[in-house]
Amino acid sequence: MRSFKQLSSLAKKIRTHVLKMTHRAKSAHVGTSLSMADLLAVLYGGILRVRPKEPDWPERDRFILSKGHGCAGLYAALAEVGFFPLSWLEEFYQNGSILAGHITHYVPGVEASTGSLGHGLSIACGMALAGRREGKSYRVFTLMSDGECDEGSVWEAALFVPHHKLDNLIAIVDYNKIQSLGTVKDVLDLDPFAAKWKAFGWAVREIDGHDYKAIEDALKNIPFESGKPSCVIAHTVKGKGVHFMENSLLWHYRSPNAEELECALKELEEAL
Amino acid sequence: MRIAFFRTLLELAEQDKRIHLVVGDLGFGAVEPFAERYPDRFLNVGVAEQNMIGIATGLALSGKIVFVYSISNFPTLRCLEQIRNDICYHRASVKIVASGGGFVYGALGMSHHVTEDIAVMRALPEMVVVAPGDPSEVELATRAVASHSGPCYLRLGRTGEARVHQKNVSFQLGKATLVRSGKDVTLISTGALLETAFQVAEELEEQGVEVRVLSMHTLKPLDSEAVLVAARETQAIVTLEEHSLIGGLGSAVAEVLAESSEVQVSFKRLGIPSGFSSCVGDQEYLRAVHGLSKNGIMQSLRPILSLIER
Ligand SMILES: Cc1ncc(C[n+]2csc(CCOP(=O)(O)OP(=O)(O)O)c2C)c(N)n1
Repeated sequence: MRSFKQLSSLAKKIRTHVLKMTHRAKSAHVGTSLSMADLLAVLYGGILRVRPKEPDWPERDRFILSKGHGCAGLYAALAEVGFFPLSWLEEFYQNGSILAGHITHYVPGVEASTGSLGHGLSIACGMALAGRREGKSYRVFTLMSDGECDEGSVWEAALFVPHHKLDNLIAIVDYNKIQSLGTVKDVLDLDPFAAKWKAFGWAVREIDGHDYKAIEDALKNIPFESGKPSCVIAHTVKGKGVHFMENSLLWHYRSPNAEELECALKELEEAL
Repeated sequence: MRIAFFRTLLELAEQDKRIHLVVGDLGFGAVEPFAERYPDRFLNVGVAEQNMIGIATGLALSGKIVFVYSISNFPTLRCLEQIRNDICYHRASVKIVASGGGFVYGALGMSHHVTEDIAVMRALPEMVVVAPGDPSEVELATRAVASHSGPCYLRLGRTGEARVHQKNVSFQLGKATLVRSGKDVTLISTGALLETAFQVAEELEEQGVEVRVLSMHTLKPLDSEAVLVAARETQAIVTLEEHSLIGGLGSAVAEVLAESSEVQVSFKRLGIPSGFSSCVGDQEYLRAVHGLSKNGIMQSLRPILSLIER
């Protein structure tokens, strides 16, 4: 496991790539990549048992990005830990590229393609079930968004996992409180969110999704309860790390222009 | 197209209080005027398409005319059984509107490539399927689906397509619109490729080939009469669509031709071969990759043109 300083440096690199990639591509969905950057840093900074040089290693932990529009963040993390060359990030979103604007399994290290919300947890169910039936020790992680939890399929899967006692499955929700047309509170309130997961039979922890220690504490102690799947509700800030992108619906859509990019990179650089 | 749709919807809503707009957490920068003007007739159900279609059906069965708006495959494929059993079987007055037909969201990847929607929607009983060719057709199509009493699917492109029709367009659901006359070859286009079809026709004109262009904005019910007339009056029919070659415009036209015993006409379908795109890119790029740029179409037409007698 990397030190907190190293995790912070990895997260900073992820954010820097995300800003440059979305600027170059003139693509949307910056906010979601920034809100989960710290979660990704901890996951790929030591929690996930993966081998970047052997992406298909059968014993690897599986990680599914269910909120596929956060792909820039995941591509950046995968490149930083060595699944593919950093130079590939320049191809993001470009004509002829495989680095699509929603996460795709054409890219090494990507377990499953998503883009339509509410698919990832179900795929994770299947992988966790297969792992258990084969007596494997790998774990299956999926990272979802809060808006995604509007989908009925999420709750179908949420019922399934505890019923089958899949304690090798970990669902993380990037609870940044904003979706596509407004705040989660205004569009479709999820609260009491943790209570819902608990009622469905999950062991739940609520953490600050930008606090490395809290993230690591949670993800190192899986399963939270033997025989139960684990749910991590990570309270986050959409657009985290760049003040003018934070908590702003607009930055679900906009990409930074040259001036904004410079400003944002400076802010990241100056942050502790 | 998106602008023309929302502008028209606002006008319609002013005249008809039954009109509701239901969205699935999409439409930023487009739905706000409606939402602000008619808050009691607007609803964002959240990212929940299956629920959205059920709710729309319930509203429609309570006397409302419901426009459901989303993008990409979300309001069609994501909630297909709700569309079939809830909307279509009850013949509910729900109009499903999807932005982003074809490769509009090309760089966003597979999930956002809208390439089978026409085939799937066409197969559903009661469903009227419309893919207008330019913003002026969008306006008329929006009015037409609003006054049609049953289920409709309206496939839109993006924001900012050029207007193809120069003068007032005649538009009737189920009737192809003649965009350009010609007696050698007929190009039948659906959706936003109309502009390209028109450009191809102009270029062929310079080569001495007279090309008829039909905008087949309504895919179901299909204007089989216009197809048969073209088969009699011109020597070749070529269909153009930003959609899979399976089940879309080309298939629909082929069905008409195959069942008609009287016509002899060369026939070619241009569209997207079945299969996922191996890469991403913007709309123009992915169209070209699949042979749907002006040049790509010109090239595909060569063999058929060589057979034409002038
Ligand atoms: C099934 C489905 N419907 C709609 C969309 C379009 N869409 C993309 S992101 C998004 C919501 C964004 O909010 P949230 O899910 O909370 O993710 P965040 O960006 O806040 O992390 C929507 C509706 C989609 N990708 N999938």
